[in-house]
Amino acid sequence: MKLTLKIWRQKNASDKGGFVTYPVDHVSKDMSFLEMLDVLNEQLTEKGEDPVHFDHDCREGICGMCSLYINGKPHGPLQTTTCQLHMRSFNDGETITIEPWRAKAFPVVKDLVVNRSAFDRIIQAGGYVSVNTGGVPDANEIPIPKTVADLAMDAAQCIGCGACVAACKNASAMLFTSAKISQLALLPQGQVERKTRAEKMVAQMDAEGFGACTNTGACEAECPKGISITNIARMNREYFSAVVSSENV
Amino acid sequence: MILDSKIPAGPLAEKWTKHKFNSKLVNPANKRKYDVIVVGTGLAGASAAASLAELGYNVKAFCFQDSPRRAHSIAAQGGINAAKNYQNDGDSIFRLFYDTIKGGDYRAREANVYRLAEVSVKIIDQCVAQGVPFAREYGGLLANRSFGGAQVSRTFYARGQTGQQLLLGAYSALSRQVANGKVKLYPRTEMMDVVVVDGHARGIVTRNLITGAVETHAAHAVLLCTGGYGNVFFLSTNAMGSNVTAAWRAHKRGAYFANPCFTQIHPTCIPVSGDHQSKLTLMSESLRNDGRVWVPATKEIAEKLRKGQIKANDIKEEDRDYFLERKYPSFGNLVPRDVASRNAKYVCDEGRGVNETGEAVFLDFRDAIKRDSRKIIEQKYGNLFDMYKQITGEDPYEVPMMIYPAVHYTMGGLWVDYNLMTTVPGLYALGEANFSDHGANRLGASALMQGLADGYFVIPYTIGDYLAQIPPKKVDENHPEFAKAKEEVQNRIKTLLSIKGSKTVDYFHKKLGKIMWNECGMARTAEGLKKAKAEIKALKAEFWKDVKVLGANEELNQSLEKAHRVADFLELGELMVDDALNRNESCGGHFREEYQTPDGEALRDDENFAYVAAWKYVGEDQEEELHKEPLVFENVKLTQRSYK
Repeated sequence: MKLTLKIWRQKNASDKGGFVTYPVDHVSKDMSFLEMLDVLNEQLTEKGEDPVHFDHDCREGICGMCSLYINGKPHGPLQTTTCQLHMRSFNDGETITIEPWRAKAFPVVKDLVVNRSAFDRIIQAGGYVSVNTGGVPDANEIPIPKTVADLAMDAAQCIGCGACVAACKNASAMLFTSAKISQLALLPQGQVERKTRAEKMVAQMDAEGFGACTNTGACEAECPKGISITNIARMNREYFSAVVSSENV
Repeated sequence: MILDSKIPAGPLAEKWTKHKFNSKLVNPANKRKYDVIVVGTGLAGASAAASLAELGYNVKAFCFQDSPRRAHSIAAQGGINAAKNYQNDGDSIFRLFYDTIKGGDYRAREANVYRLAEVSVKIIDQCVAQGVPFAREYGGLLANRSFGGAQVSRTFYARGQTGQQLLLGAYSALSRQVANGKVKLYPRTEMMDVVVVDGHARGIVTRNLITGAVETHAAHAVLLCTGGYGNVFFLSTNAMGSNVTAAWRAHKRGAYFANPCFTQIHPTCIPVSGDHQSKLTLMSESLRNDGRVWVPATKEIAEKLRKGQIKANDIKEEDRDYFLERKYPSFGNLVPRDVASRNAKYVCDEGRGVNETGEAVFLDFRDAIKRDSRKIIEQKYGNLFDMYKQITGEDPYEVPMMIYPAVHYTMGGLWVDYNLMTTVPGLYALGEANFSDHGANRLGASALMQGLADGYFVIPYTIGDYLAQIPPKKVDENHPEFAKAKEEVQNRIKTLLSIKGSKTVDYFHKKLGKIMWNECGMARTAEGLKKAKAEIKALKAEFWKDVKVLGANEELNQSLEKAHRVADFLELGELMVDDALNRNESCGGHFREEYQTPDGEALRDDENFAYVAAWKYVGEDQEEELHKEPLVFENVKLTQRSYK
């Protein structure tokens, strides 16, 4: 296959940035999207041009490191991570536009690489159960109905890639934040800090500059792990019940 | 130096309890006066950093990823073993210990493995308390499944994402300590060297991957939780960034490297599809329960198949060779990982491999679907079949899957004593980065167990014993050793950027990977290893003359990051070859063709090789020095494994 790539190039955070067009040929349909970029980068390096920088690590769809806004969609046309997208999803002669995640809270570091540390800070605000190592009860002393454990697992599958933010016209991080709040609100282990957690994580999410949710559902449609927006509804319930009976006085 | 493993005396089951009691303690008020550096934030690193911070130590945690949650532990699928005996099926700490020692082909330390089995039960409690959503039964209690190398069900799991959920648990504990101000986090920061002052590890040199700034960090102890080195083969199931640099720099500063040639090659991975391939994807071992492994009976048929003249489904029953069922009638397709991998290689070497590259065998579900119905197979393996289809574009319900072995885990690593301390005082290695618990072969669901055991339940005790013996005053970062180590790192960066050669970093990495895979992979010979050694030496010389690294240091520069890592892989590769050449026996994942039973199985030599090979770095381009730690077995009897 022969392709034309329109890629966002930006030297660093303060550079204005812009699209640069690159032709690539000898693309095989069996390549992953990132392997196609590897080929481009080898060609650029051989020519002495700076390779395109992009984040990636496990390349099996679980670490959440890869991103890329491909033809106007986070992670491209399929509901997977970019590393699991293969070139058979594209046609010979096609032009593909590749951009970084676009959100105020995810500033561009270089080319297609963005800074997602805001997500870490949201978790640091309360995305945990405050237990130290040791001194915990036997695992089977906390029975949890299978249906509840399964729901918690559905939420816990979030890989923190940020596609939800990139897909949202408001750059809202509510799907991400609600997935963690839901997981812990559903489980008995999370009950003690339930209210504080909801309040603090939501406050941090706002402080980072993420937008609000207007229920368009774009986040759910693009989430590579199929995290449901019912988590957002649950987070809103948690948050409202927390603020009306706040423990943080 | 004589290697002192510091294994406590006394009966196996009492060693750890006694050792904990005999270890010195740091009093609670003094803990805040000690600084600890943790490099890597996978299961071992995150759990260690969180636990030490909870105790009151000041922790600095480093990772090269953009967030600690992305460390490669996250990709582990199957599960985590623990001797809980919740199933009432006869499990016990001793049984888990025994299975692990035997699975490792009797090349691991009894005392370490027993401790691992002992603390395994606490890991599950800890993870559940953190809110890890393990699979459960309808009664609300934890579910288990069985795994290779064991006859009991002791594996806890969270769907096919156990590693992810355990890591997110440890990451949440770590995040809590970041919020508490007890852990300072350094993401996108790569460790470049260890600083050794008067024989003790006292800090590290790092490079900020965004700004390129080379910095030093001082501490009373340094923990390397930096994973394995499978990427020396270029293609592996490891993440793209997984590397040996931290461990290798420690090695060059005095830490011995143990059993570097012990590599685990996993039989069920999606085969290489072309030269563009950047990594390999694992398909769960469970598929071998229902899939039948075969290749065409003759070279001629295989050739026609490769040229696309015939299709797999057209090949008649009598023209198929179900080679595992034929050679191992009692275990069939369920032989252990190393045996399955080796046999796949043999049939491909005979020219009977099946995809375009000739390096693949079939894993066929036709008979299982006929027997059980498509619906049953879909329930069991639906997600795996979907994943396979996504990657290869072929539907495994209709045509047989193609699989081939791939590098998956490295049992070797930095030599550590019972306290997890390397041969450099104050420098520790945890998780896959050390060598200690899996011998020559690791059993499924044991890597997660070891990472968390080391971080949650071993290091919090053993580090105190060391710190209590040094005065609680700040480590002086103005010591000339810090400036010296920093300057060496800066010089290396300058050198790499100034070579301006003609070949990319990946060119060298791929070439090294090919040498390692061909000569130091699934089957090894003295002749091949000698050839490999010469080739690696030449490749290394070429690298330092002709590598092309663009850009500058003072920016995000992924070529420069890779160049550092590949430079270290080139040196490690040579040591792996030396180690494989030295070990004149076959055991676990290490198969020397000269040492096999008449039926082609691994032939151990317990009389001469029941030892840990620990290598000491002596200088640039010099042969490393071999030190032996004898393995003493007081509680298990050494036997030959047979799966016929």
